[in-house]
Amino acid sequence: MSHVSFTVNGERRQLDIDTRTTLLDALREHLHLTGSKKGCDHGQCGACTALVNGRRINTCLSLAVMHEGDEVTTIEGLGKPGDLHPMQAAFVKHDGYQCGYCTPGQICSSVAVLKEIEAGIPSHVSADLNAKPGVTAEEIRERMSGNICRCGAYSNIVEAISEVAGSQA
Amino acid sequence: MKFDTPATTNPIDQLKVVGQPLDRVDGPLKTSGTAPYAYERHDVVANQAYGYVVGAAIAKGRITGMALDAARAAPGVITIVTAETAGKLDKGKRNAATLFGGPEVEHYHQAVALVVAESFEQARAAAQLVQVDYAKAEGAYDLAAAKQAGVEPSEGSPDQKVGDFEAAFAAAPVQFDRTYTTPDQSHAMMEPHASIAAWEGDKVTVWTSNQMVDWATTDLAQTLGLPKEQVRIVSPYIGGGFGGKLFLRADTLLAALGARAAKRPVKVALTRPMMANNTTHRPATIQRIRFGAGRDGKLTAIAHESWSGNLPGGEPEDAIQQSRLLYAGANRLTGNRLATLDLPEGNAMRAPGETPGLMALEIAMDEMAEQLGLDPIEFRVRNDTQVDPANPDRPFSQRQLIECLRQGAERFGWDKRATKPGSRREGRWLVGIGVAAGFRNSMSMPSGARVRLDAAGVVTVETDMTDIGTGSYTIIAQTAAEMMGVGMDKVVVRLGDSSFPVSAGSGGQWGANSSTAGVYAACVKLREAVAQKLGFNSADTAFADGQVRAGNRSAPLGQAAGEGGLVAEDTIEYGDLAKQYQQSTFAGHFVEVAVDAATGEVRVRRMLAVCAAGRILNPKSARSQVIGAMTMGVGGALMEELAVDKRHGFFVNHDLATYEVPVHADIPHQEVVFLEEADATSSPMKAKGVGELGLCGVGAAVANAIHNATGLRVREYPITLDKLLDRLPDAA
Ligand code: FES
Ligand code: FES
Repeated sequence: MSHVSFTVNGERRQLDIDTRTTLLDALREHLHLTGSKKGCDHGQCGACTALVNGRRINTCLSLAVMHEGDEVTTIEGLGKPGDLHPMQAAFVKHDGYQCGYCTPGQICSSVAVLKEIEAGIPSHVSADLNAKPGVTAEEIRERMSGNICRCGAYSNIVEAISEVAGSQA
Repeated sequence: MKFDTPATTNPIDQLKVVGQPLDRVDGPLKTSGTAPYAYERHDVVANQAYGYVVGAAIAKGRITGMALDAARAAPGVITIVTAETAGKLDKGKRNAATLFGGPEVEHYHQAVALVVAESFEQARAAAQLVQVDYAKAEGAYDLAAAKQAGVEPSEGSPDQKVGDFEAAFAAAPVQFDRTYTTPDQSHAMMEPHASIAAWEGDKVTVWTSNQMVDWATTDLAQTLGLPKEQVRIVSPYIGGGFGGKLFLRADTLLAALGARAAKRPVKVALTRPMMANNTTHRPATIQRIRFGAGRDGKLTAIAHESWSGNLPGGEPEDAIQQSRLLYAGANRLTGNRLATLDLPEGNAMRAPGETPGLMALEIAMDEMAEQLGLDPIEFRVRNDTQVDPANPDRPFSQRQLIECLRQGAERFGWDKRATKPGSRREGRWLVGIGVAAGFRNSMSMPSGARVRLDAAGVVTVETDMTDIGTGSYTIIAQTAAEMMGVGMDKVVVRLGDSSFPVSAGSGGQWGANSSTAGVYAACVKLREAVAQKLGFNSADTAFADGQVRAGNRSAPLGQAAGEGGLVAEDTIEYGDLAKQYQQSTFAGHFVEVAVDAATGEVRVRRMLAVCAAGRILNPKSARSQVIGAMTMGVGGALMEELAVDKRHGFFVNHDLATYEVPVHADIPHQEVVFLEEADATSSPMKAKGVGELGLCGVGAAVANAIHNATGLRVREYPITLDKLLDRLPDAA
């Protein structure tokens, strides 16, 4: 057992927790924030994606006790029914989900992806590593490829993200 | 309601709500992470303990000993359940292998113990301490080797002979004879199988993730030896199923057994690496296809034979179904052969039968067209049939296959396809386009619903129907809104609870049409009850804008409910229209690929599906079903294969890093077109299904595009680059 305190969705949280507990299980099992999903528990699917200090991570690959003082934003922190984040609303509008299980991860990832492009971080498909990458469908697809959607909503997800980014897929 | 004559005009035909591309009603919940999935139900019962499943480390044999003391003594452990301690267990009739193994082991990763502890981490750590000794037995794991011993199965399509195939084939001026293989595939839905079980006396409730609530209830009751009334299954949100959650699975049974032993609620999820071998998969096939045709391009002889394997008691992969109905031809031979294999249980995965069947048949059609010197679309058009080829008195209720292909050809730019394969080059890329016919039968299942009306005019629908991402919540709400003349904001839909009327459930692409038809039936009864309550003549009562009108009288809908409310319940059942008419859905699938001339890497560039599938209840969610299926089709064509360890008898690549499924970068923008259609023989909804049609034929369309791009035929799926590399045209 170990003590950890961090901020989740703007709220200070304290936990006495098994050192083996992942950040994902801390959120889901201890804080009952079940919006972050467990698809694989091995960093293979992206369903557990949340933002830590503004960057997206696979929360299943990180132990809770490693996050002392961190700021965690989960899907619940982005928006709620009736007050959805623009990305959440765009997913609804473009039907960018089906079963919904990969969806919180897709949305957290896509919010971070747009920031990464904005910050000029290149990807595998960026032609010029020194130029600012564009918000193209190709860039979005590449950067979102760590988030598997077995329902296959990809085409719609890219349209939702593109709309939020203000560009066309 | 018995549906035994074709539908005439009914309130659904207004299409004020039904048929509209509305956003899903569950969208805000799913996108905000507030839709509750099985493992997340902290709200339903307190004091949940964690169960962790131990899977068998051999494929076949016996457990000779289990050392549990170390695990029992581990921190936090509450109890350990094994088949020995679980008490007598029966087996549900839909399971081939038992869900809890021991002492007999029937397949690799069959559950053999459940460790229950205070926390997930403690249960997991203790599970590693469980020591199992096995006596291994010889097993059969290689379909190609076991094929000869295959027998005609008692389940699936029986052998069918029409005319005299052998004679017609021998006499045909143009002959074709090829064999294709499709691999074992995994559903790999994103939400692992998960359940929370809680007992209250001798009654158990399980919150789970299951497509067929009534099957799960029945089979859990049978397995536990309980009357069905003592089992409640709740499954309102399902993180994907694709057939993998059609049946009672180990998580549900073990949660119930664990909770009984621990005397408190227990939650169990299969870990991702257990899913491929513990649960079911789509079985591999070997398919031989023979065609005989005249030089006019008309098929005179069609044979399709398929071999697959399964555990004793399992069924074949019925890959020949579509070949009985898709093309004309007077002389036909179709049949399945089933071999015994000791791999995990094979069972339904999205469009079972037709998915692998069309992966083979529609390459064969492309090859035969080439052999005849015909355009592949023209070849299919020449062999279209509007009747069941084995029974010409039985027409298709509707069949717009030619229209799907022609419209698709026009939209996709088929006229720009290089007729000489391997002749279109763009820099390092060889570019080609391919087509395949999509076909999937439309089955109807009885489906019940209860509708309640309250004084505020709110209509609440309850049915044990499930929404596995298909849009059931939304189309059921649309149906009730249309029938009762209210807005979507006045409808509440409650699904996936065995205390609700038994529905069709989600499978076989029957869910949308059947479950909404059940809601239609219940609403017809509610409308009658409303009219009667208001003293209106029910025959000429109209329901619109929250008002009920008859002649010059009118009243708010809620007024009929009064304080006590009104309730109506009914089940849609079917006569023999499905016997009189062949009810099927059709598609034209078009794919453009680019193949790297040096590496053989295949990129899918464009995809189009033109679908004819009855009335489309919600074009937005229906389109999503189709694009999702197209995506799965790309997976099947290019990457999905459970690799069989033929010595030890298990699927080696049993996680999401090694069993590859399409990711964002693999999938281009996808186009879907629905042809205008309303099938009066299908149900009062005049709908059929699209969720599986979208997959049927896609794999072959990709394969045919690769052939068009490179001139290479690959007949063993998936078409990975190693199968192209040494045969690619000179990269220079
Ligand atoms: S659950 Fe974390 S990546 Fe799959
Ligand atoms: S919506 Fe089901 S996995 Fe993405």
